Amino acid sequence: MSKRKEKVRIADQEQLSPGIFSLWLETPMAEEVKPGQFVGVYPKDASRLLLRPISICDVNENRTRMRLVYRAGGAGTKELSTYRSGEELEILGPLGNGYDIEAIRGKKTLLLGGGIGIPPMLYLARELDQAGVAATVILGYADSKTFLREEFDRLYPTYIATMDGSLGTKGTVIDALNENMVFADLACACGPMPMLKAVKEFAKDAGMKAYISLEERMACGVGACLGCVTKTTAVDEHTHVNNTRVCTEGPVFEASEVEL
Amino acid sequence: MNLAVNFAGVELKNPVMNASGTFGSGQEYAELTDLNRLGAVVTKGVAATPWEGNPTPRVTEVYGGMLNAIGLQNPGVDVFIERDLAFLAGYDTRVIVNVCGHTVEEYCEVVEKLNGTSADMYEINVSCPNVKAGALAFGQDAKVLEQTTKAIKAVAAKPVIMKLSPNVTSIREMALAAEAGGADAISLINTLIGMKIDIERRRFVLANKTGGFSGPAVKPVAVRMVYEASHAVKIPVIGMGGIATAEDAVEFLLAGAKAVAVGTMNFVEPRTMEKVVEGIEAYMERQGMKDISEIRMD
Repeated sequence: MSKRKEKVRIADQEQLSPGIFSLWLETPMAEEVKPGQFVGVYPKDASRLLLRPISICDVNENRTRMRLVYRAGGAGTKELSTYRSGEELEILGPLGNGYDIEAIRGKKTLLLGGGIGIPPMLYLARELDQAGVAATVILGYADSKTFLREEFDRLYPTYIATMDGSLGTKGTVIDALNENMVFADLACACGPMPMLKAVKEFAKDAGMKAYISLEERMACGVGACLGCVTKTTAVDEHTHVNNTRVCTEGPVFEASEVEL
Repeated sequence: MNLAVNFAGVELKNPVMNASGTFGSGQEYAELTDLNRLGAVVTKGVAATPWEGNPTPRVTEVYGGMLNAIGLQNPGVDVFIERDLAFLAGYDTRVIVNVCGHTVEEYCEVVEKLNGTSADMYEINVSCPNVKAGALAFGQDAKVLEQTTKAIKAVAAKPVIMKLSPNVTSIREMALAAEAGGADAISLINTLIGMKIDIERRRFVLANKTGGFSGPAVKPVAVRMVYEASHAVKIPVIGMGGIATAEDAVEFLLAGAKAVAVGTMNFVEPRTMEKVVEGIEAYMERQGMKDISEIRMD
């Protein structure tokens, strides 16, 4: 499974909710990517040089297409949102470690996704479903403008939390977790830093293992620049200091191994 | 057609290499580009002991370039020799080890440990803008630079390249100081000190506040400085700063550089250096040149 830079064709792009886009790419990479991995998408505007790290949301059934769901927040992702089916993009991937399905197999699992951390949990949910893992999904949104919700619903029981209370539990995924009394052996989470900190605490208190997927500003995506490090509890095997590369050793970490 | 150059006594199969810090130790890019095609691999700065580097965010994009404030994070020279140098020994390319330190003694300690290894040359980083103690301090004062060069040359068993900072009043004066200290070569430019402010959050984007500015946007500044430095000294120059294409590289060669380095663009297109080598050949072909040394202005 070697990393490569590829020119890929856009199969489809649509807006799921305000500012959230779903992009299907035709690429042989779809055959080998793992849940939790990401790709770097390059803007075409030459004033914007660096790859945009975007997590893999899904692959199609015969693994010829890969889906990215992203927020068009900055200039680069806004540019990306203007491209249509038939146009080409350059991507670098597959990047990062991804989730280890074998480590989750047989365990009752919680899948927690917050905001733009929701998309990678869909691919994970699909693979866990195929592996026969029993899981519950909790998704946190800002408000009732949700996305991908129905697709999780088809795979696993899915609870919703909204910060404004317009849908499901008012508050965060942790509030929804407490309200619905969901018990599990293990949690997998992706979302904003305050949520991941809360998940780490929750898992520690519950004596539960948690795998969290981190995000950090990065330049190279392949472990060369050391831009995207996160602090670690132990000395890292590669860096020989107390930090590790999110793009290479991560983005998925056992929560107790990283300092948030 | 001959692209080989003798650079400060070391034969390079072509004059194209990476800029330190943009290519890891080569290993990170080995599956994305062919290291055997490169004149040299310049490794990320290494110190006597492991350095943690700066807090994050360490990198951000700016128009036509980027800012970085990594802070010279590195695993220390012992791990470097055992792991990274050993890896590079498997490739047919020269190895230039970038050396950093907080004190002259630390630079010397690293160089002494590298003397018995497969490293071909040393590039001394006296110009990192992101480390408070040392680094840039050695590269912004001509007298200090000369003395630092002298001290390192006294212990170095391989050619020494002093990497110059563009954040100085006179690059000519700094180039002359390195030469006076006995440097075998100089390389420039390191990054320009920059800053980016997030206007919505009203905060600095980088945790370090300032960062080194690199990428295609800096090229005209770099070409000018390489021209000034290479015309001030007799020792050879590695020119770098915003090289994205073979045409950019040729511009640096015409400005007076004997070799060129690709930096930020490695992040954008890992095969940039290979393409630069191919493009220089194409340029020589259309100019009717047989030897790379013919790329010069009269």
